[in-house]
Amino acid sequence: MKTAIRTKNLSKVYGPVKAVDQLDLVVPRGIIFGFLGANGAGKTTTIRLLTGLIKPTDGEAWVDGEPISNKGGLPNKIGYLPEEPAFYSWMTPLEFLDYIGRLFKIPEKERKARIHQLIEQLDLGAARKRRIGGFSRGMRQRLGLAQALINRPPILLLDEPASALDPNGRKEVLEMITGLRGTHTVFMSTHILADAERVCDRIAIIDQGKILVEADQSTLLSNYTIPAYEIECLPEETSNFQKWAAGLHPLPWVVDVHVDGNLARITVKDPALANQALLSMIVESGVKLIRYEIVRPSLEDIFLRIVGKEGP
Amino acid sequence: MIFLASLRKELFELTRTNCLLIMMAVLLAFGLTSPVVAKYTPEIISMIPEADMITIILPEPTLFDSISQFMKNTYQFGFLLAILLTMGSVAKEKEMGTAAMVLSKPLPRWVFILSKFTALALAFLGCLLVASLGAYYYTVILFSTPQLAVWLQMTIALWCVTLVYVAITLLFSTLLRSSAAAAGLAFGIMIIFSLLGTVPVLEKLTPGYLLTWAGRLFTPDPISGWYPWLISLGIILLSLVAACMAIERQEI
Repeated sequence: MKTAIRTKNLSKVYGPVKAVDQLDLVVPRGIIFGFLGANGAGKTTTIRLLTGLIKPTDGEAWVDGEPISNKGGLPNKIGYLPEEPAFYSWMTPLEFLDYIGRLFKIPEKERKARIHQLIEQLDLGAARKRRIGGFSRGMRQRLGLAQALINRPPILLLDEPASALDPNGRKEVLEMITGLRGTHTVFMSTHILADAERVCDRIAIIDQGKILVEADQSTLLSNYTIPAYEIECLPEETSNFQKWAAGLHPLPWVVDVHVDGNLARITVKDPALANQALLSMIVESGVKLIRYEIVRPSLEDIFLRIVGKEGP
Repeated sequence: MIFLASLRKELFELTRTNCLLIMMAVLLAFGLTSPVVAKYTPEIISMIPEADMITIILPEPTLFDSISQFMKNTYQFGFLLAILLTMGSVAKEKEMGTAAMVLSKPLPRWVFILSKFTALALAFLGCLLVASLGAYYYTVILFSTPQLAVWLQMTIALWCVTLVYVAITLLFSTLLRSSAAAAGLAFGIMIIFSLLGTVPVLEKLTPGYLLTWAGRLFTPDPISGWYPWLISLGIILLSLVAACMAIERQEI
């Protein structure tokens, strides 16, 4: 698989702070790559390094094969959306996109067509002749995406593209990003885990400038699956259910049994053995159930476990 | 082509934010009023009620008074406008984030700087020419007819001195993140030039001496303008080169 972004020992130090610490990343083409981390983890610095706006203290990086030190070639390969996109408030979206199109030397006819297409695609038609100064956050974000896409870049660097938006705005922007899968490589930073879970194919978690884990989302979810079951009985069966649950403690494949009313959470050592034994045991007990499920972790659970904020 | 695109945006900005209009209004006002003030100052003073209690001897106003009044006013307000309109040109863009937005595109950083300077230079040229022609018109009506070619040379000298302050302020605006600090330092440089201008030996080495040279063009004994021209153009060039080098090294 061809590589869209590659970094090798990429580092950025500000005084005593290692904002990015020997980052080694490989982002394949055509995917939506989620770059997850808490505020201050090093996400924005990494993206700014990849745009060439700031220089690394150490290490190298390539975007679509172009070294980030090549200021001439790099901008044609990327579309960049900063966390808080800034515009000339006196311009209209049409004027701003025209200006950016001219910087990319897009011929006039093609430029006009592309601007029209983006204005429609990003639902900015009604505001296309209004001053940007009066735009809402969501409209500015959509315009930011339009300017990032104007040169049809193979790689999009999006810094927290949906973080500041209301639920509707977030939904729209995430749908738009999903629509770019396959045609563009999207490198997207976010601290909103639900957003990453919703759109990203592959995920890296960064903390204090270091990558803690990098994997496909599905691999990540399965690797970090908590070997636990949640069983809930009918309320009138609670007494029998609690007796049955207490009897699980001595079993060698059971790690922990936590009972709260008519709900039990059973953590096991061997999920394969538990899969075979647990269901038949509850059936034999005659307790009537409402729910029986294998606990599926969310990306949020995984994130918190990986960055060490919560125990396994 | 990218330079033209960037220059187009800068000229567009000067127009849309009314900076060009303000520049034109201020300079034209002084262009039109300077000959009038020069002509009627003695009469205005004589109209003061207490004027007959004191004796003020004012010579009959001449063509040179009109020229001097125009140069003095235009220089003072020209450099003020130069500093005020340039102080935020780079610093504000860095502060607001628009610099990061456009410099992640194929816009070379030196083009970003030079297009700003060129736009301001063209705007000042246009406004100074209009103001100067206004002053010329009233000078012809109220005094006598100076040589138009010499008048234009004087205007170009005024333009050059103004551009010295545009270039210096642009440099500070590039080096600093604060517009106010850029303006403050540019004012500081202006004060240093003014102080140097009071020392006879050093006077010739200041950009302001260009105006002395320009004023003397209207007299029978003009003086050499090599030094002030070289110094002024040198300051402009050095400031622009320094600004371009600085922004190339900066992290936006």
